[in-house]
Amino acid sequence: MSLGPAEVAKIAHLARLAIRDEDVPAYARNLSAILELVAQMDAADTTGVAPMAHPLNMAQRLRPDAAAEPDRRERFQAIAPQVEAGLYLVPKVIE
Amino acid sequence: MEWETVIGLEIHAQLATKSKIFSGASTAYGAAPNTQACAIDLGLPGVLPVLNRDAVRMAAMLGLAIGAEVARRSVFARKNYFYPDLPKGYQISQYELPVVGKGQLTIDLDDGSSKVIGITRAHLEEDAGKSLHEDFHGRSGIDLNRAGTPLLEIVSEPDMRSAKEAVAYMKKLHQLVVYLGICDGNMQEGSFRCDANVSVRPKGDPKFGTRAEIKNLNSFRFVERAIEFEIERQIDLIESGGKVVQETRLYDPDQGETRSMRGKEEANDYRYFPDPDLLPLVLDDAFIDAARAALPELPDVKKQRFTEQYGLSAYDAGVLTTSRALANHYEATVAALGGEPKLCANWVMGDFSAFLNKDNRDIANSPVDAAQLAGLLRRLQDRTISGKIAKEVFEAMWAGEGDADAIIEKRGLRQITDTSAIEKVIDDAIAANPDQLAQYRAGKDKLFGFFVGQVMKLSKGKANPQQVNDLLMEKLKG
Repeated sequence: MSLGPAEVAKIAHLARLAIRDEDVPAYARNLSAILELVAQMDAADTTGVAPMAHPLNMAQRLRPDAAAEPDRRERFQAIAPQVEAGLYLVPKVIE
Repeated sequence: MEWETVIGLEIHAQLATKSKIFSGASTAYGAAPNTQACAIDLGLPGVLPVLNRDAVRMAAMLGLAIGAEVARRSVFARKNYFYPDLPKGYQISQYELPVVGKGQLTIDLDDGSSKVIGITRAHLEEDAGKSLHEDFHGRSGIDLNRAGTPLLEIVSEPDMRSAKEAVAYMKKLHQLVVYLGICDGNMQEGSFRCDANVSVRPKGDPKFGTRAEIKNLNSFRFVERAIEFEIERQIDLIESGGKVVQETRLYDPDQGETRSMRGKEEANDYRYFPDPDLLPLVLDDAFIDAARAALPELPDVKKQRFTEQYGLSAYDAGVLTTSRALANHYEATVAALGGEPKLCANWVMGDFSAFLNKDNRDIANSPVDAAQLAGLLRRLQDRTISGKIAKEVFEAMWAGEGDADAIIEKRGLRQITDTSAIEKVIDDAIAANPDQLAQYRAGKDKLFGFFVGQVMKLSKGKANPQQVNDLLMEKLKG
């Protein structure tokens, strides 16, 4: 599977990445190479092989339900560009 | 042309955990903005999510309650999109392998019939924060207290054929999650909300029409109205030669209409992939057995038992099992009285529920408990008081004047059952109304009620009504 310039532009937009026009062919080439590698792996017969999520085949650990986190709003908001009335302020977004 | 509506619902139930699904921040409602948003909820670099055991247990309970397969192995995925109240740029959800598989729920319809609605799946995910678009100098304010709150998204099959069925399904699911104690069911606070997928097709057509998704319906009434509006809009559109487009629409309760949310379509490319921060969720027999052991008696089973054990009608049993608290109150009343299940049902559904509603209280805060209500009913049962007086006593009990016996004594409400005493009152009533007596004896039977009224009035409502009837009938004959 290979990607064209339009697909590269779409992926970049979805990821909110600004890319230069002259870099598009290189991105298309590199991304296509990754997809080709995946296609190669896809060709392997994995019938009856359980997917592995971790080299040691571990499962997710669960934590007890306890509200233990203290309020650190002031520390978090000290590095925020703009706050007011306890809220983080961001450029306006309207649905 | 005759049209058929096809509806499927996606319901988000906020799970009643103390802490968030992947962090130890509190989920308590109503805190000051961003005081319950920790580093994980903010998506700061270097943090790792750790899954809340109780959120998983609650999802398993729902799965067991709807007869679904609880997955031994499920996987968390990232759903990618950009919005300021989602700081990580992705929502952790489940995609290909959800924790709860196919199940079903039986709904009761107005005509007394029932219908089985299929449930496709239910999966765990985190909620986003809240955006406030009011005046912040042209900017939006973000509160991330809600970010990371555990949600169970329950997806139905497109099995509903009218707005009424959709509401019946939503109510039934609401009742179930509250019964299970996995969701507080508070719709005003957004703990239980619904998206509806609606399409229409010519009746008999096996293919589905193009559907529109209506977002964020947070009351039963809005669900019904929004769906009704949407059905009409789609039929009008098709009949006038147009085509329904697949899109997301928002319901505006003020205008009573749904409106397109254009521009969001492209954002539907969520590029799901397994979240590398979370290992597969593996549940063993012990975990699922423990969830099963934690299940309470479910609403349908309780309703059936009420009809069998107490001889109640399906309607009464349905009303009394609306909530666990009401059902428990009813059963405690019957137990305290030692019988008379129908009498108890009438009072619990009648005055007791009416007073709760009037004061906008829940049962936990009722001024009259089951033992006190039984104490009142005992006096009704042994004919110390009449039904009419019982209502007066109940009102006094509600106002905190004490138990039934104390009120009956204090106010002198004991019913008069002594025949000679009642006869004396009847004689007085007849003597005071010679004209009416003459008319009655001349054939005006309707005046019987007048005399009953006079006797009750003279006895201050305390004469036993049945005895008054019998004795009065005799006396009036002369």
